[in-house]
Amino acid sequence: MQRFMPLIIFGLLVVLLAVGLTMDPRLVPSPLIGKPAPAFELPLLNGEGVFNSEELKGKITLLNVWASWCYACRQEHEVVKQLARSGMNIVGFNYKDKKQDAQQWLAQLGNPYQVVVADEDGRAAIDWGVYGAPETFLIDKDGIIRHKVIGPVSDQKNFDDLMAVVKEISGDNL
Amino acid sequence: MIPEIGLFALIIAFGIAIVQGVVPLVGAARNDATMISLARPAAWAQLLFVSIAYAALTHAFVVHDFSVLYVSRHSNLVQPLMYRISGVWGSHEGSMLLWALILSIWTTAVAIYSRGLPAALMARVLAVMGLISVGFYAFMLWTSNPFERIFPAPADGNALNPLLQDPGLAFHPPMLYMGYVGFSVAFAFAVAALLGGKLDATWARWSRPWTTVAWSFLTFGIALGSWWAYNELGWGGWWFWDPVENASFMPWLVGTALIHSLASTEKRGVFKSWTVLLAILAFSMSLLGTFIVRSGVLVSVHAFATDPSRGVFILIFLCIVIGSSLALYAWRSGSVVSTGRFTWFSRETALLLNNVILLTATTAVFVGTMYPLVVDALGIGKISVGRPYFDTMFALVSMPLILLLGIGPAMRWKSDNSQRIIKSLAIIFAASLSVGIMLPFVIDGVFNIATGLGLAGALWIAITTLQSLYHRIKTSSRLPLSFLGMILAHLGMAMFVAGVTMVMTYHQEKDVRLEPGATYELSGYEFKFIGVKNVDGPNYTAQEGHLEVRDQGEKIADLYPQKRAYSGMGSPMPMTEASVDTNMVRDLYAAMGEQLGDTAWSLRLYYKPMISWIWLGCLFMTVGGVLAVSDRRYRQKRS
Repeated sequence: MQRFMPLIIFGLLVVLLAVGLTMDPRLVPSPLIGKPAPAFELPLLNGEGVFNSEELKGKITLLNVWASWCYACRQEHEVVKQLARSGMNIVGFNYKDKKQDAQQWLAQLGNPYQVVVADEDGRAAIDWGVYGAPETFLIDKDGIIRHKVIGPVSDQKNFDDLMAVVKEISGDNL
Repeated sequence: MIPEIGLFALIIAFGIAIVQGVVPLVGAARNDATMISLARPAAWAQLLFVSIAYAALTHAFVVHDFSVLYVSRHSNLVQPLMYRISGVWGSHEGSMLLWALILSIWTTAVAIYSRGLPAALMARVLAVMGLISVGFYAFMLWTSNPFERIFPAPADGNALNPLLQDPGLAFHPPMLYMGYVGFSVAFAFAVAALLGGKLDATWARWSRPWTTVAWSFLTFGIALGSWWAYNELGWGGWWFWDPVENASFMPWLVGTALIHSLASTEKRGVFKSWTVLLAILAFSMSLLGTFIVRSGVLVSVHAFATDPSRGVFILIFLCIVIGSSLALYAWRSGSVVSTGRFTWFSRETALLLNNVILLTATTAVFVGTMYPLVVDALGIGKISVGRPYFDTMFALVSMPLILLLGIGPAMRWKSDNSQRIIKSLAIIFAASLSVGIMLPFVIDGVFNIATGLGLAGALWIAITTLQSLYHRIKTSSRLPLSFLGMILAHLGMAMFVAGVTMVMTYHQEKDVRLEPGATYELSGYEFKFIGVKNVDGPNYTAQEGHLEVRDQGEKIADLYPQKRAYSGMGSPMPMTEASVDTNMVRDLYAAMGEQLGDTAWSLRLYYKPMISWIWLGCLFMTVGGVLAVSDRRYRQKRS
């Protein structure tokens, strides 16, 4: 029986990998696109106070989901900063993170966000259908989700797709 | 026209690989000499055609043939020649072509150097390698054709990912693949031995040098990758426990277990079926690594190109290769009898323990890498276990490994006297432990047990290793290269442990805001920010900072960190290029942050004590491996 163990373990692994493949989040379009942004009220990462999702309205906004434990977030961060510099309104959504780690991360890599909300237990993220970090939502002036990027926005295709939608909805003013 | 020749050559190579994989195998089963003799010329022919295909793709890159989709995606007119040549393996399709080329090179090398092998065994080995090639060619032809054309051809292409435009990374993948693919030789030998039903010590002797060479390449490749990440990512880290790094680390761990277990099997005839299983496992880990990188099941910094249909293909391929070899193992290994006898206190036991520890480490990495996937598959969400888990696991696993590393080589085969070992090692143990524990106090006046243990471990390995060298010189007139190789590799391990311990405890990093002319002191070094100017590279523009570093008033280094913007990139992704002043004692490291205001910049400054020992240690291990295979006894047997 012992001789069959490696084969059995490998069999289980294959099942796992197969399931993993079908779970590829890039294939799942967000059902939220075209719907109003789910409401939340979350504490701010830096300082006291809360942020209400109502405040997302009135301006085209990117909601960037990130965490200090996420490597791809580091990778995309330069691009997020560039976007902020170009005048884009960006809200940081700190996902399942420790407050101290997140603050240190921003201190080290720079903070491009207008405001950063902390979703420590990931409850609010469930409503948004967040699979993991990084993810980025594009919300229009009426608070409707128009596009979702899964994975780093620094990825060429992700960036182009996002920019195309931004151009489409921004009209004359960002 | 030339890309079509490349594609055609690839198709021919695919056909030849099928012949090479099937005919000699049937021949060996039927004892048909003609069919058996086909293996070697088939290996040569396959190498010829896959080389043509590879040359064709390189040509397309060099002459800027943007009508080839892959070329247009990964190179542009301003890209320097070096990165056009390395651009061939800069992404998925070309990487796979490089895989196939390297596999074919290994196959041909086996065909050349193993002439002394029994014809049937040789035929089986080459056939197994041929079958693996078939899988890779099919993968390319069906899911990732590197020669695909686009019409109309764009006037210019997209630049190669700027992360990959660095000499360290240009040579990292070929080295890594030499290692990955090199384990296919041990795998092929193991499967051939299982097929032939002759699992004696001979197969271990034949596959041992091949495995050691592959292991050396892999060690070097991983070290290069780590060095690249350190210089290029600008985070000052040398290892991130990223899924893709783990994908290369797991075959390394199993490979390390394998080279030690092969030694026991060859010299003493023990652990025969265990070694076979390890040989299968080492290559399985390489394939699994490819799957992880190429399928995108685990999202990572490194997974540049991912595509689920490729994932499905590799998964099926994985099932066939690993599944069938494990089934073969289950079927055949029952008949294997280990001949050597040994007592519990012997070098055999030490090597077995080494294997147990290394496989425990592999399991730990495996679980840490796969756990997020399990959680995802169960629908709980995507998570990443990250650093703390791996750091803790490795601290736990490395302690017994380090202890064993000092004792094992001193032990005799078969049976040793525990009194003798204790007598010869007790003083070294006490000395390295007390010196190690004291060292942190000497360095900065603070006792730190974890650091002390790490340094004690490094001393323990170094001194016991040098002692066994001394004994060998004293008692024996000749000093075989294979023994020297082992000494060197173990010393490398000591350097590695010392470097890691020092960096983890004493590194300093600071993010500072500096105006030109301002200074900042870090670990006794004074960093003076001179200013920033614009610099143009061949295909990028950069803002280059200038810092002067002074040690007690005396200028010791100029650092020029850069922030580069590459042309031809659609997304404005600036790259940091760190500037490092290295010596054996410490690295001084600077990376550009953000421009703050008109002239001020945020800068990242690091002090990294003894970090070069980490890579130097790896280099020692690599050279140790190369020395070991240069030993005369392998050359004699090959003739």
